[in-house]
Amino acid sequence: MSTIDRPRLDPGYRRHLIRCGPIAVAVRTRSLAVATALLTVIALLAVAALGLGTYPLAPDAVLDALFGGRDTLDRTVVLEWRLPRTLAACVLGALFAIAGALFQTVTRNPLASPDVLGLSNGAFTGMLLTVVCFSASWPLMTAGSVVGGLATAGLIWGLSRRAAGQSFRLIVIGIGVAAILASANTWMLLEVELDTAMFASAWGAGSLNGVTAGALGGAVVCSLPLVLLLGLLTPGLRQLDLGDDVAGASGSRPARTRAGALLIAVGLVSIATAVAGPVAFIALAAPQIARRLAGAPSLSLTLSALVGAFLLLASDLVAQHLLPVTLPVGVVTVSVGGAYLVAVLIQEIRRRA
Amino acid sequence: MTVAAISRRRDALGGSRTGRARIWLGLLGLLGGLAIAIALSLTLGSNALPFGDVLDVLRGGGSPEARYVVEELRLPRTVTGLVVGAALGAAGALIQAFTRNPLADPGILGVNAGAALAVALGVAFLGMRDIAALVWLAFLGALVVTIAVYVVGSAGRGAADPIRLTLAGVALGAVCSGITTGLTLSDPEAFEHLRSWNAGSLLGRGFDVLLPVLPFVGIAVLGALLLAPGLNAVALGEDIARSQGANLAGIRIGVILAVTVLAGVATALAGPISFIGLMVPHVARWVFGVDQRRILPVSILLAPAIVLLSDVLGRLLIAPAEIPVGIVTAFVGAPVLIALARRAKASAPS
Amino acid sequence: MPDRTTAPSALPTASRLRAEHVSLGYDARPIIAGLSTAIPDGSFTVIIGPNACGKSTLLRGLSRLLSPAAGRVVLDGKAITELAAKDVAKRLGLLPQSAAAPDGITVVDLVARGRYPRQRLLRQWTDADEAAVAEALDATGTRELGPRRVDELSGGQRQRVWVAMVLAQETELLLLDEPTTFLDIAHQIELMELFARLNRQGRTVVAVLHDLNHAARYADHLIAMHDGRVVAEGPPSEVVTSERVEEIFGLPNVVIADPVTGGPLVVPSGLPAARAEADGR
Repeated sequence: MSTIDRPRLDPGYRRHLIRCGPIAVAVRTRSLAVATALLTVIALLAVAALGLGTYPLAPDAVLDALFGGRDTLDRTVVLEWRLPRTLAACVLGALFAIAGALFQTVTRNPLASPDVLGLSNGAFTGMLLTVVCFSASWPLMTAGSVVGGLATAGLIWGLSRRAAGQSFRLIVIGIGVAAILASANTWMLLEVELDTAMFASAWGAGSLNGVTAGALGGAVVCSLPLVLLLGLLTPGLRQLDLGDDVAGASGSRPARTRAGALLIAVGLVSIATAVAGPVAFIALAAPQIARRLAGAPSLSLTLSALVGAFLLLASDLVAQHLLPVTLPVGVVTVSVGGAYLVAVLIQEIRRRA
Repeated sequence: MTVAAISRRRDALGGSRTGRARIWLGLLGLLGGLAIAIALSLTLGSNALPFGDVLDVLRGGGSPEARYVVEELRLPRTVTGLVVGAALGAAGALIQAFTRNPLADPGILGVNAGAALAVALGVAFLGMRDIAALVWLAFLGALVVTIAVYVVGSAGRGAADPIRLTLAGVALGAVCSGITTGLTLSDPEAFEHLRSWNAGSLLGRGFDVLLPVLPFVGIAVLGALLLAPGLNAVALGEDIARSQGANLAGIRIGVILAVTVLAGVATALAGPISFIGLMVPHVARWVFGVDQRRILPVSILLAPAIVLLSDVLGRLLIAPAEIPVGIVTAFVGAPVLIALARRAKASAPS
Repeated sequence: MPDRTTAPSALPTASRLRAEHVSLGYDARPIIAGLSTAIPDGSFTVIIGPNACGKSTLLRGLSRLLSPAAGRVVLDGKAITELAAKDVAKRLGLLPQSAAAPDGITVVDLVARGRYPRQRLLRQWTDADEAAVAEALDATGTRELGPRRVDELSGGQRQRVWVAMVLAQETELLLLDEPTTFLDIAHQIELMELFARLNRQGRTVVAVLHDLNHAARYADHLIAMHDGRVVAEGPPSEVVTSERVEEIFGLPNVVIADPVTGGPLVVPSGLPAARAEADGR
């Protein structure tokens, strides 16, 4: 790192300049602090998640087991039973949140989420069709949901292609297709046995119950290239905030950036949905929470990912250990996310009053 | 502001260019359609009756079997369809005009989520099974949540900002639906009740349920019609509306009250019937222009016709089984919405 | 065909940016058909014309935001559509009408967004970036606004900040689409002076303006458009004549000598009664 003596421009907030070899970037001090705090909280929650359960472990026992302790039972419980689920909560939460941030940036609409493209409904339809037509085995349901989600996204994309770049039209068509699928889902749920319907609904709410290390590994391997690709798009994505004309005039390609970002977002959501089902509200709420924590004008993908990981991990802890009955984590994320949005609204009202 | 919005304003200012003949023809078609829908709803079903028999029953005669089918099953069902349709049509037209958002739907005020939560609570904790009692509970739920949405969406500045109102509806709706899902997933009986309620149905709502809610609907529909001229002023933007002497605060409260009662009653009676409130005002706007004084009455006549026809369709498609009406309306309404969005001049929110 | 004061080929100076028989429009609706014009290097060129005559469309075509349906826009000898977007943005900056600042962004951050074409993935904020932003702020007199939020600024301040953002792009060609609209007369003049200064420092400035008198006073080259065609181009003293203003804008007028600069000054001549007569004709 190097230090610079000349007086710096004052951007209106404190920031760190990082100069290291080929890297030269400026980072908001507050964003760094928020990221550090989030990482700490996530680590603490993870230790708690690894320790809680019918075979409770103290935090030091958890750490011991993680870093090569000798107690084989502890190691089995922590590494094989609980670690995949805890890691899945972090990774999938981050994936949902990144996808949400992309949708919101591209559509410039804080209420947009992957559901706009009917992904959740489509995934649920695919899964229900699999259950109704074939069997309720986990790999088949996963395949059904991914195919359903992608097919829906493709359909909406095709229907709105003529209006490329008009995010409003994309949203309207998404609402229409999502409504048809939601009705189809309601109807299928009516036609199957009560047990099957309840099982399917639990999956439809999004749940980490069936997560295995293998599924998680697959999700990481599939999403890593997409996230790296996203890194290349980020600067152009930020120019979109200024409106298409300014973005285009300053040398970015708004239409291409937008299409690329949407494709990556669809990919990330499909991967996460395949593992955990359509977990609601993380994609919608995490980017907005991150933005408010950082006090920054643009959505930050990194901070959104951290908030997403935190939200899903915390919600899963609540769903598993704090409620009288064990519920799918999606039920908790919806309530928590909704309550948060209400809090934000009330806060804004206070500020203006 | 978009070009579409500008042309909308110009139309609103200069009066509609739609010819009188077209309006009368449209009105005639509308009334004819509604009559046909009522006739079909009374005649068709898994046990189809000749129309003559239906008329006999209505005049006070007919075979006992026909009397049972018409008086106990089809007449209440048809009246339910009329009430629900008229209420949803009026509520949809009001909320779209008020938020100046062509995509607004009464559901955005949290009506559906509140009613569903109340039904789930009633079944899970109060052991309620009777549809007549659940209707009132659902209405209460819709009322409470809508008022909460209104309070969150408007507190502090005394005026409800449509955007904040929408956000508040989304947020509170999410909280309610989360709790509802949680409740139903841990209580199979509540789940069973709610999965059929969610589909939306006109079946089994007798006159004992219908008659008490009729005065509410009647007053709210009347109120909606009285609000129409004020909403025309609102369409030009708040500043112009104020300078034209419109009482914005009064219009707001009137709209919120009317929408709450109308959508609440409809949802409580029939469950969430999607797309009627969204689609019907659009169709009315296509045919009759942008004047709210026409859109509102047309929506009130057109929506029941569509609800009844959808219900008849649901009875016939997979007879002797039935598809619930809420699902049929989504399958009919969503393609209309998509076609609308794909048209070159699809109206974007201003 | 209306007469041309100066044929494009007869221009004495070289032109890095020119349009050759371009047709421009949206969807299938052409707004400009077969238009040719050239921007003299180092000039302060102003495009004038009535509403909907294609001024902004031409500017969008010149800046690569709109691809021509026919013909080509040439920048430094190459068709602009064949150049990479970032290459164009390093040579040519545009301030469009529809600029939107994200909520809560500060002035320095907004101006820094103009550095986009010169940034690379790992080098987002170098000393060169910082120097360019500082220079752009100084040039527009907005340096002391740096830490403030853009949405807190007055209209005139905000417009200067947007100009600073385009300046931070460090381009020799500067295209401005109605930069003074919605500003009061003092702020309009302040901005025009700023553009004139930037022009004197060596930049080629192209602006679309509504105010004929501002155009006549500050430009050294005018392009007058009507109905998607160039009706006249050349120095203001030759382009701004009473007949031509009436022909383009349909406005009866007299052109007098500007008491300050001696250049042309358009004064509408229609008194209410006289206008009524003209309407009745």
